[in-house]
Amino acid sequence: MMKTATVYRLRPGWRLQWEEAQGRHVLLYPEGMVQLNDSAGAILAELDGQRDVARVVANLQARFPDAPAAAIEQDVHEFLLDAARQGWIQHD
Amino acid sequence: MTDRRHTAAINGATGAPLWLLAELTYRCPLQCAYCSNPLDFAAVKEELTTEEWLDVLAQARAMGAVQMGFSGGEPLVRQDLEALVAEARRLGFYTNLITSGLGLDEARIASLHAAGLDHIQISLQASDPDVAAAVAGSPKAHARKLAMARAVKAAGYPMVLNVVLHRHNIDELDAIIALCDELGADAVELANCQMYGWAQLNRAGLLPSRTQLEAAEATTARWRERLAAKGRDMRLLFVVPDYYGERPKACMGGWGAIFMTVAPDGAVLPCHSARMLPMSFPSVRERPLREIWYDSEPFNRYRGDGWMKEPCRSCDERHRDVGGCRCQAYLLTGDAAATDPVCSLSPNHHLIEAARREAEAGASTMEALTPRNVHQSRVFCRA
Repeated sequence: MMKTATVYRLRPGWRLQWEEAQGRHVLLYPEGMVQLNDSAGAILAELDGQRDVARVVANLQARFPDAPAAAIEQDVHEFLLDAARQGWIQHD
Repeated sequence: MTDRRHTAAINGATGAPLWLLAELTYRCPLQCAYCSNPLDFAAVKEELTTEEWLDVLAQARAMGAVQMGFSGGEPLVRQDLEALVAEARRLGFYTNLITSGLGLDEARIASLHAAGLDHIQISLQASDPDVAAAVAGSPKAHARKLAMARAVKAAGYPMVLNVVLHRHNIDELDAIIALCDELGADAVELANCQMYGWAQLNRAGLLPSRTQLEAAEATTARWRERLAAKGRDMRLLFVVPDYYGERPKACMGGWGAIFMTVAPDGAVLPCHSARMLPMSFPSVRERPLREIWYDSEPFNRYRGDGWMKEPCRSCDERHRDVGGCRCQAYLLTGDAAATDPVCSLSPNHHLIEAARREAEAGASTMEALTPRNVHQSRVFCRA
């Protein structure tokens, strides 16, 4: 289960960047790049090293009021767990 | 490390180059006999100036390139490296320095860090200092590399080590990984040497036997278990030599698909080995980078699948492996449009099998290898 007070941040040395030429966010890491879809980009862009999971969910719910709030929460939780498992993000 | 360079889809339209490899110089204090630089590198006299490189960076970034490597030769030989890194970073590139570690010291690490360098990869030749000295042609380099690996980590970078494996060091893989573990590496690329440039020249003395290779894979698997058991996060990437594959690699994700190399003198190449192909590559000194990438004949020659011959032409896997590597095809068959002989379906696959048999029987010494240096290179320079 996801702890909503957890603060995730990008793995050290990794960088999230909006690429105008590709029209999407990319996650840059040593000698590689993950090309992110819209929702993954939107979620990772919320990780500023301060916001916890609950805050990230609330921000995205506010940004996308037309989407069901519960679905956003579930998407965020699932994505963050998966991103952590893949080593893209970490928490203390 | 996951190599996402090799994942580009092959489709009709030419996409942007996502990768720029800036080979700043062919100069290098080491003489590794598997160097991927061209044999006739000594013919290149006029390196791009700082201003020319700054212009290349701006052009490439405007085209959409976002990952970049500073390489060589030894890129630290260039005293303007920090200025180039700073500009690359300012433009939005993710900046990787690929270095032997020679020319590095704490002050230089600090200045590169201040310039915004994102990542440093240091190469090691062996775990045994004597083997390392023989491979690199330098008695002092090994100790220096170890010190610099530690200094890079101390500066807050992940320590990523690259070890090129060949028949003279692959049997000490256990000790090599132990050394990397002891150094505190975060990731280790165990890259079996691929047969281009100087490595191709020295192939008989470098290609490991299948027995050696299988032992090395088993050693790597044992270490992965051992590291996991002690909770140590050190990723091991083992790169198998092409010569022991059954299907070729999708080289560079396709010719002119996502990857672009700019050589020390400004020649623009689809990969760092392509220079030895019997074709002439345009230079950034003559034409804009955009024009070279999208419109030049060399960059278009092997795009898509129209150039393919049988057995590739009618093969279901032709878009997955793009026919393999054009350089390997040329080096082994004399025809750059041939199927990469690594493929078991290639009519020339027997050449690969012959090299494997040679490796199985081989008893070459390290002393028999031709070192990569200016003196040897002049032999290959056209008059």
